[in-house]
Amino acid sequence: MKQFIEGSHAIAEIVKLCRPGVVSAYPITPQTHIVEDLAQMVANGELPAQCVNVESEHSAASVVLGGVAAGVRSYTATSSQGLFYMQEVIFNIAGLRLPLVLTCANRAISAPINIWNDQQDSVSLRDAGWIQLYAEDVQEAVDLHVLGYRISEDKSMMLPVMACMDGFILTHGIETVDIPSQEQVDKFLPPYKALYKLDVDNPITMGPLVGPDYYMETRYAIQKTLEEALEFIPKVMEEFTKVFGRNYSLIEGYQIKDAERVIVAMGSVCGTIKDVVDELRLKGKKVGLLKITSYRPFPAQAIYEALKGIPKVAVLDRAVSLGSYAPLAAEIKAAFFGKKKAPQVISSFIAGLGGRDITKDSIKEIYRLLTSKELQGEFIDLKPELLKEKYE
Amino acid sequence: MSDNLFVAGHTACSGCGQSLAARLVLDAAGKNTIIVNNTGCLEVFSTAYPESAWTVPWIHSLFENAAAVASGVEAGLKYLGKKDTINVIAQGGDGSTADIGLQALSGMLERGHDILYVCYDNEAYMNTGVQRSGLTPFDTNTTTSPAGSKSSGNVRPKKPMPEIAAAHGIPYVATASAGIPQDITRKVKKALSIKGPKYMQIHVPCPLGWRYGPEQTSAVGKLAVETGLYPLIEIEFGKISAVRQIQPKPVEEYLKVQGRFKHLLNNPEEIKKIQAIADYNIDKYGLKAQAEG
Repeated sequence: MKQFIEGSHAIAEIVKLCRPGVVSAYPITPQTHIVEDLAQMVANGELPAQCVNVESEHSAASVVLGGVAAGVRSYTATSSQGLFYMQEVIFNIAGLRLPLVLTCANRAISAPINIWNDQQDSVSLRDAGWIQLYAEDVQEAVDLHVLGYRISEDKSMMLPVMACMDGFILTHGIETVDIPSQEQVDKFLPPYKALYKLDVDNPITMGPLVGPDYYMETRYAIQKTLEEALEFIPKVMEEFTKVFGRNYSLIEGYQIKDAERVIVAMGSVCGTIKDVVDELRLKGKKVGLLKITSYRPFPAQAIYEALKGIPKVAVLDRAVSLGSYAPLAAEIKAAFFGKKKAPQVISSFIAGLGGRDITKDSIKEIYRLLTSKELQGEFIDLKPELLKEKYE
Repeated sequence: MSDNLFVAGHTACSGCGQSLAARLVLDAAGKNTIIVNNTGCLEVFSTAYPESAWTVPWIHSLFENAAAVASGVEAGLKYLGKKDTINVIAQGGDGSTADIGLQALSGMLERGHDILYVCYDNEAYMNTGVQRSGLTPFDTNTTTSPAGSKSSGNVRPKKPMPEIAAAHGIPYVATASAGIPQDITRKVKKALSIKGPKYMQIHVPCPLGWRYGPEQTSAVGKLAVETGLYPLIEIEFGKISAVRQIQPKPVEEYLKVQGRFKHLLNNPEEIKKIQAIADYNIDKYGLKAQAEG
């Protein structure tokens, strides 16, 4: 049913429809509305889950780890410092091959402390063995949770999914969203049946000490699964379309067929870019967008196919790898290394850190700077006057 | 063939007090038990893949999060309607309990989960090579609190973990010793008969870290109790409900059998300070048995 609803409320609604048995989270802006809603649903008897109010994000991640290990679908949400505080548990959940969905309300990293949006938090955890999916709008964020559980719990995957949505822009934005019915969700997402769990009738040892004779294969296995996920996720997305009528893919091209200049980006900024593309197309400019929904697994081959004929490509990162190439730009470039066809130029832009708005003008500036001169990690909308201060 | 649920063949050191206590805890709990283990000696010597000494469901996640993982397991079992028939035990060593895992433990106790937390207290980080922890006793020579010309070892007394646990207002706290096995069994059974969060701290002598012969584990454990340095107490809802009474022996008898206190033996001033700790315990908990007649 279509509702005019705040992003966080929509996420709480869809999480409820996914029927988790254990919910645990620690409050951090801008994630709080999601877990407040879930707590109220439990208090009202609408959601028959165990709601565990923990003393930290480290414990929130540990509680949901324990819940899934006991064979129960579990849910958590966090942001920024909270995700970083979870970090060792995040790696651990993937290493234990436990399925889970975590909402990351993307937010900048301290210091300086900043509660507003960028994607430094989840991008920094790209190597954890999680599937990371980025939402363009609230509808996508909602749908990625249902997709997330279905993908995560499939016995061919058994890896956790991070559903990433830009903090405030999506968590606090109010949009018209189609919240699926319980029947639709139940049809698409069967009850969780654990492949392995803590069961007194069938005792197993989980998380043993693994030495050099066995460790490498555990990492190789995750790597192979994530490679297979590049085939598996699109199949699940096709099934999703049959039930819910909405289309998803690992990457989405917008006006790229005949485009001469294309911006590659992740998250809510893709909506802004689409608007700019529409405006510039009316003026006869051949511009387009390539949206990355699946950052992990990274669909390098699909990206290669989508961009190989595009003369000029700009990669917009909402995160930095301080001291090196911007994270998404480096991987887009890597997708073309050693290939016969490649864009003439792949320029890298960094924008929107710590909640600085990426406006339509910011996007137009990127298209303007996307010339035959390749740019490396160009910051957009910097304020030069703020860089003059010296500490002497 | 043993009926133990924690089976032989693991790689603990000869004379390990922790392996002895862990076996007693699990045997007392029985097979309808799920164990969540912090990182530490016990996890390492009992689960070197592809072997495992555990015949009950067992999980290890990280160094400091057993109490939180166990909270999730317990919540999951509650959701499934199975909690009433299954015990959840979280366990770890003194470092993972009193230091790095204290926050997670406090959260578990405060939230009221139906879990027994067991701290196997061998009074230092033994798994990494005998570094001092918050439960290392005063004046102990460890690799990070070494005795030297300007130091007589660890400068602080043990963190009062049983009192810290009890301050959460939980139904049951107990201390025990690997030197007194029947007492461990009784206290585990009692703890598991009570709903809610329970904390047990078991003194587990470590031949390697404490530097004594492996055949002396039981005797060393008993001496800690008999000197008053390791009071065996039970606390229910914040009030002491039972203590194990002793005829106090001088602390020197306990100190002299361990290499970790060897540097004190010609230092009567330091021994006096340790005797004062024992005397304080004896007085505080009323440990001294009254002579009969």
